[in-house]
Amino acid sequence: MAAETKCMSIIVTKGSLDWGYPPFILATTAAAMGLNVTMFFTFYGLSLLLRDFNPQISTLGNTAMKLPMGGMHMAMPNMLSAIPGVDAAASVMMKNLIKKKGVASLEELREAAVDSDVRLIACQMTMDLFEYGLEDMIEGPELGGAATYIECATQSDINLFI
Amino acid sequence: MADQVLDAKGLNCPLPILKAKKALNSVPTDGTLEVLSTDPGSVADFQAFCRTTGNDLLEHDQTDDVYRFLIKKTG
Repeated sequence: MAAETKCMSIIVTKGSLDWGYPPFILATTAAAMGLNVTMFFTFYGLSLLLRDFNPQISTLGNTAMKLPMGGMHMAMPNMLSAIPGVDAAASVMMKNLIKKKGVASLEELREAAVDSDVRLIACQMTMDLFEYGLEDMIEGPELGGAATYIECATQSDINLFI
Repeated sequence: MADQVLDAKGLNCPLPILKAKKALNSVPTDGTLEVLSTDPGSVADFQAFCRTTGNDLLEHDQTDDVYRFLIKKTG
């Protein structure tokens, strides 16, 4: 066992379904491996902390996105994104795949992060900007700003920006 | 026979590791946990998990599509 506990920090800037996975997967796994983990949620990443959240994927500008379908892979041309309901349908398809492949739901990973004492910091400035209060968020996040994050980053072995 | 068995078959990354960590919490020191998984990625992951946490990976093998890991809890 390592002599001293390692630390990891992650800045979470995006709140879509697909972008929500990497920070929560890495945070929960690092916590399981004995690291002290801090996640700093800013801009659209804040929405991952909302009590009432329904993360979606966007097909727009996602040129490499292909979903498996009937043994093939279906591309998602940008034009499709303009059609109402396409992003919602793609999100449903993605969530069905997630379930079918035994991948954790984002809610499940978020719960695991809270349960494993991952420190959650909600960026105060973005909270003001988007008019959120802690009452809109799940139990657990604290408020902080850039200095709070930098202090944490100086003490961390791994610092990620996602 | 392991002190505890965790069936993580059908689960994908990072669930086998997260559930193994949770299960290890209730295994006594020097006790063992057997994990069964169907995730091919778990082969590398359980080795990395044990190296980092200091637990001993006593055995790992594969029968058909099922990977088996025997972990000894050291601390």
